[in-house]
Amino acid sequence: MIDYLDNFWSVYSNLVLTLGTNALLALSIYLTLSCGMLAMANAAFMGIGAYTSAILTMNCGWPFPAAIAAGMAMPALVAFIIGKPTLRLSGVYLAMATLAFGEVVRLLIIRAESLTGGALGLNGIPQLTQWWHVLLAVVLVLFVLARLRRSKIGRAFEAIKEDETAAGLMGIDVNGHKMLAFALGAAIAGLAGTLDAHLTFFIGPQEFGFDRGVEILTMTILGGINSLFGPVLGSLIVTLLPELLSSLKDYRAVANGLILVLIVLFLPKGLWNPDWMRRLPGLRKKGVAP
Amino acid sequence: MSELLELTNVSRHFGGLKVLQDVSFTVRPGTISGLIGPNGAGKTTVFNLITGLLAPTTGDITLAGASLLGRKPHAITRSGIARTFQNIRIFKEMTLLENVIVGMHRHLDYGVPGLMFALPKYRAAEKRARDRARELLSWMKLDHMADDLADNLSYGAQRRLEIARALATEPRLLLLDEPVAGMNSTEKTALMREIVNIQCRGYTIFMIEHDMRFVMGLCEEISVLNFGKIIAHGGPEQIRNDPQVIEAYLGREDDEVSVTPGAGE
Repeated sequence: MIDYLDNFWSVYSNLVLTLGTNALLALSIYLTLSCGMLAMANAAFMGIGAYTSAILTMNCGWPFPAAIAAGMAMPALVAFIIGKPTLRLSGVYLAMATLAFGEVVRLLIIRAESLTGGALGLNGIPQLTQWWHVLLAVVLVLFVLARLRRSKIGRAFEAIKEDETAAGLMGIDVNGHKMLAFALGAAIAGLAGTLDAHLTFFIGPQEFGFDRGVEILTMTILGGINSLFGPVLGSLIVTLLPELLSSLKDYRAVANGLILVLIVLFLPKGLWNPDWMRRLPGLRKKGVAP
Repeated sequence: MSELLELTNVSRHFGGLKVLQDVSFTVRPGTISGLIGPNGAGKTTVFNLITGLLAPTTGDITLAGASLLGRKPHAITRSGIARTFQNIRIFKEMTLLENVIVGMHRHLDYGVPGLMFALPKYRAAEKRARDRARELLSWMKLDHMADDLADNLSYGAQRRLEIARALATEPRLLLLDEPVAGMNSTEKTALMREIVNIQCRGYTIFMIEHDMRFVMGLCEEISVLNFGKIIAHGGPEQIRNDPQVIEAYLGREDDEVSVTPGAGE
């Protein structure tokens, strides 16, 4: 039995840990979506976190915990700076602005060759991420987000998502809450990037481009944003699907796009939708927050 | 300072269009007063200026002597003004209780540690909020459906929910934008009673309304707006007999002007 587990782990440990980092990414975009914003910058924030922490551990010899903190703080800071002008935008315009920002980040990484290794990427990142780091990160992020949901901040996010004007007139600082969701999402994406970089030995700029952004969005939309299980479930499916259908591997992006289209058409609220679960007997929602 | 709300020579232009010109009026604390006028007279614009959704082109708006100019909507709400909307804007995917608790946002002052670890302070505040929300819902006769989704409410009940939600912000001044639009006469009579009850609890109410019987029955003071200008001001009797008002607005067979939801501005 132990042998079997050992065997399983040596073959699949990377996949299991990728599940964890993908769950973090899905949760990071869940935050902005739960506040009604379609911000597509999470792949870029992941990249900023990955590069910041990798450069710190490789070149500056920082200890891993400090590098993790920096890998979260840096994207949050960048989010704060670009959020000031862009979060005024809504809908498609916000998506366009954040996509353009992502492209700028990718090109900057390629240009800053002396620091980032340019298009060739960073090689030889110390493999510091342990399996329990990823598990702890997912548990902690789920805990924080669950607490937020059950508080006035979570209700403010939901109010803003439903009607920004009405939310403002209920005394909610709309811009402040949007900024909180954006920066916190960036920090979580940075955490995922940091853990991922110290797991895979190598990072390159193309990992944090448009494809990754769409993949993150696909995971969360597929799972649904009505609860925290949705994004986790979505990340599970999107990560495992190419492994299960290994012949699809070359068409991964195609599969992601197809999933996104099908979900938007047939399950606009995602797979994990409390509405149909509430219809099951004995599960009627009681009290305030789900 | 005896006046709660005071508008002084407020104008608002949209390009060359002068929607409001030199509008001045006051609302005394503890009263129910109203603003009436034909469709398109600029009534909702007045509300949007008071609540900070629009900025006046010229003039000043003060709440208990403090100017509201340049403040964001949420800051104005926090200083004590709450409103409802002509085209209802409840949070449809939340329960009634959640809708009302959203209005208490500012009054839930547990810190981040309290919230993260569900400390006693957080739990006490959340419980107080739920109790208060149920009380406010009971004022509007909605407490029996507190856990239903707001989307399932009838039109009249949605309007009443908006009032409960506005009261949750603990306002000094409650602005009602056509509270009985789309209601039948039974609902109107019931709402009338509930609004008087709200006033008795110490709130000041200022409303825009088309329904003359409703306004005349409730308001102590009425201002009349026509083509962006205040043409009359006074008690119900005075307004009823004002020749200018009769010409602009009341000169019809029936004393109820037909209401089209979504009209106005």
